[in-house]
Amino acid sequence: MTEGAWPRPRPPLFAIALLSAAMLSYELLLMRLFSIIQWHHFAYMIISLALLGYGVSGTFITLFGAALQRRFPEAFIANIGLFAVTSWWAFMLAQALPFNPEELLWHWGQLGVAVAIYLLLAVPFFFAANGIVLALARYQAELPRVYGWDLLGAGLGGLAVVALLFVVPPSRALELIGLAAVLAGMVGLWELGLRSVAAWLLLALAGLIFMALPPGVSRLTISPYKSLSQTLQTKGTVVELQRSSPLGLLTVVASPEIPFRHAPGFSLMGQGEPPEQLGLFLDGDAMAAINGATGESERLEFLTRSTAALPYRLRPIEKVLLVGLDGDADVLRARHFDTADIQAVELNPQVVALLKDDYARYTGGLLRGPDVTVHVGDARGFMAATDQQFDLIQYPTRGGFGSAVAGLYTLNEDFLFTAEAIGLAFERLRPGGYLAFNLWAKVPPRDTLKLLATVRAALEEQGVRSPQRSVILLRSWQTTALLVKRGAFASAELDALRAFNRENGFDLAYYPGITSAEVNRRSVLAEPSYYLGATALLGPRAVEFSKAYKFMIEPATDQRPYFFNFFKWRTLPEIWRARDRGGMALLEAGYPVVIGTLAQAVLASLLLILLPLRVVRRAARRTDAPRLWPTFVAVGSLGFGFMFVEIIFIQRLTLLLSHPLYAVTTALTSFLVFAGAGSLLAHRLLKRHAARRLLAVVVPLLLIAGLLALLAAEGLVTAAAGWGMLMKVTIAALLIAPLACLMGMPFPTMLSALDAAALPWAWAVNGCASVVGAVLATLLAVHVGAVAVVLLALALYWLAGFAFTGHPLLRSRAGVA
Amino acid sequence: MSRRALARAAAVLVAVTCSPQLPAEDGYQRQRAAMVEAIAADVVATSEYLGQSALDARVLAAMATVPRHEFVPPLLLPAAYANRPLPIGHGQTISQPYIVALMTDLLGLERPGKVFELGTGSGYQAAVLAQLGHEVYTLEIIEPLGEAARSRLARLGYDRVHARVADGYYGWSEAAPFDAIVVTAAASHVPPPLLAQLKPGGRMVIPVGGRFTTQQLVLIEKDEVGELTTRQMLPVMFVPLTGQHD
Repeated sequence: MTEGAWPRPRPPLFAIALLSAAMLSYELLLMRLFSIIQWHHFAYMIISLALLGYGVSGTFITLFGAALQRRFPEAFIANIGLFAVTSWWAFMLAQALPFNPEELLWHWGQLGVAVAIYLLLAVPFFFAANGIVLALARYQAELPRVYGWDLLGAGLGGLAVVALLFVVPPSRALELIGLAAVLAGMVGLWELGLRSVAAWLLLALAGLIFMALPPGVSRLTISPYKSLSQTLQTKGTVVELQRSSPLGLLTVVASPEIPFRHAPGFSLMGQGEPPEQLGLFLDGDAMAAINGATGESERLEFLTRSTAALPYRLRPIEKVLLVGLDGDADVLRARHFDTADIQAVELNPQVVALLKDDYARYTGGLLRGPDVTVHVGDARGFMAATDQQFDLIQYPTRGGFGSAVAGLYTLNEDFLFTAEAIGLAFERLRPGGYLAFNLWAKVPPRDTLKLLATVRAALEEQGVRSPQRSVILLRSWQTTALLVKRGAFASAELDALRAFNRENGFDLAYYPGITSAEVNRRSVLAEPSYYLGATALLGPRAVEFSKAYKFMIEPATDQRPYFFNFFKWRTLPEIWRARDRGGMALLEAGYPVVIGTLAQAVLASLLLILLPLRVVRRAARRTDAPRLWPTFVAVGSLGFGFMFVEIIFIQRLTLLLSHPLYAVTTALTSFLVFAGAGSLLAHRLLKRHAARRLLAVVVPLLLIAGLLALLAAEGLVTAAAGWGMLMKVTIAALLIAPLACLMGMPFPTMLSALDAAALPWAWAVNGCASVVGAVLATLLAVHVGAVAVVLLALALYWLAGFAFTGHPLLRSRAGVA
Repeated sequence: MSRRALARAAAVLVAVTCSPQLPAEDGYQRQRAAMVEAIAADVVATSEYLGQSALDARVLAAMATVPRHEFVPPLLLPAAYANRPLPIGHGQTISQPYIVALMTDLLGLERPGKVFELGTGSGYQAAVLAQLGHEVYTLEIIEPLGEAARSRLARLGYDRVHARVADGYYGWSEAAPFDAIVVTAAASHVPPPLLAQLKPGGRMVIPVGGRFTTQQLVLIEKDEVGELTTRQMLPVMFVPLTGQHD
């Protein structure tokens, strides 16, 4: 690559945008890929750390930037090419490593495997970031413009990968992203006027390889501990069908030799064998069953003798709303009990198509019946928009054993299980109607009690004066059923409850008028903790009880929508001491994993980025130590601030748009595209105004825009409930636009005013702050709520502006137009 | 503390006196003794919750005898006697020794009887049961795992273990009824045929949770008239309620 010409004055903007698009696509794709091969939570940990490659790049360019800048065109193209190649290889190697998160706390060797995976994944980010930092440093006079194209490309890349995942499987998307990076390299060659035959040939070869990879080469290796892998070990199992979208990978498995008999919660007193079934897996886990049509009603005994059948046994149900299709069991049960109007809301259209079309014959046309209506969408959005009322609103079984153990849901926002959402569902009940929740029983109880506390908060908000008269809690050794009535339970219903309980050998945990003599009889716990918990949480000492309880069971709300977070710091030492004798299962691992991620990110930032820079600074003697601090504070604050705002808006948009995927796509694309526009605007403004003067206007405006966006977002959630998705997305994007535009201005403005030697370092600090900030935002939201995190972010922007005004590293042009 | 020391001493005594002399395996024998000591200490620590301060000495003796290192993959031999679960391939594990001992003890078998096991895995649990003199019928649905366990158990001379690769839903009707049943394979519910094959007065134990983290042990007891009662227990001393409650 030696025949090149010196770069033309114009920066390679298209190549930068394409590279950024490929890199952001790659980041989002990795989340999807790791959700399939591992579990979502650990995917988050690994990828957030892999992004440190971005920060490391800053260090690298600080060390070797001068040499690379002398051969900028070659270095720029080479880094793009290396990103293209390593994006595929890094993932393929990483998935080949035997990582098992469940073993992490038993076996520290697993930590080494985790470190190896994230170091591997950091490599492609490192190369991509090198390309961008080199370009920013090379064209510092036009830095906001280059940075603007970088952000625009990234924003559009986020949108593109989501669209791509609707069309191709994730493994193919991985290859196509590599191809996009190759294309970025070629565009770069053209834009830079580099006439290197070798470079063209190498890129063309890489592109051809990506295009010609035979199917199956990029096959995903799903963890052997996920239920799909385990099922496929059974003799005779075959994958019948696979569908993929950004919402998940659906796999249908047949097991003719050793049949599926999926009947969670089936009474020990039941006798009948379930009908023929197919296994339906989401992302290789979370199995549900598709039940084959059968004319024998005894084959449906598993549906009638489970705790989930309770509402149907109390009184006839004419109209039911099923929240999600957990396979087809809930629909089958409703029909079995002669429900005339069965409605279900399912988020994933592929699940609906699968049950309604692909397996219509297998299920005997269950979902095509005149009594069944399936709505594609989010249940909360549906309930907000509809004016229908139901006899029963039934929620699917939540918190499976595996996920409960691993604590995987811990820090996932869940806007269905908040006091506000349950209050909304309560409003959609006919007088005398029921909300029915079915959960896996845990010992000691966690989610059932948290749900009870949340239900109580919801009922009180709805003006129910005596919630304790409207609640029933029934349990088997395996599941719990919580029934909430719009009105007080009548004695006939309580008689039916007792009969149902007796017939099936379940245990009563709570009903209005229950006595302690009636509890803990068939499924015996060391102490009647469900009964004690329910009576306390529905009584006058609920708050004291929750505080004293060793798990977090305070009501989940829209401000803190972390239903599955039960972690309390003060319980950790006790569980840790008992870790070798079964205590591990009590550890709600999700929260500590995020803490661990944060600690590692901070440590890695300090080691990989800050320490080498001390050496560099001493050697170069360009600046002395105290002078670096304002830069550190300013660009670091911007990194934290940007991520805090972005993460919290993703969360708020999840509530508005009803699904994390739509929220992430809308928020990410809007923030990046509009921030890119802001950066381009800054480029124009800097030609006429001094950097300080520009920021003196931008930062206060940003604070105002942030507060307005926050207020508008809170109001929009209620106002926009019934709007169509396109309208909601448009409004969300418009809401973000002014704030993001302003947020896109300070960083490039500061970078453009920095001494050229400090630029890569500032980039590194900002990159690290972004990684740490992304993890920290979630943790802060758990403790102080979403609004407080946004306010903190705005304060950080103010701090950045303040630090910048006294900036000693500013070149002289910072102060003049 | 004194109770803990006593339990440890008893465990060591059991390990030393009840273990067969295998001169070539002195190292492993010492490790087994240490493992039994660790189990006994764990039981003492959780005694208040378990309602007993020690496990049946015969169970500990069996644990001190069965060569666990024969049931783990070669690469994991150094950890064979560590008190933790270990991966054995095919997404399966060999359970933590403490949990194996607890489960065996919970079966409450006073004298040799017939035991059915659903989920052979490595065959270790079956070997421990056979060591106690029980006739063990064990099924596995993962063919390579089941075949490997069968040949391993035969090689080690556990003639009382009858192992097959088959659908476990219907139990092992030719050998039924059973004095006790252990269900270690993941199942969404307890298959009714298994409950039918449990003798009146018999016990069934089911560990619930992830492969590496046992969340709870479920004990199902069938009384003399066939009525079923379950007991759910944590294998750990943990009381979630800290205050006084009505």
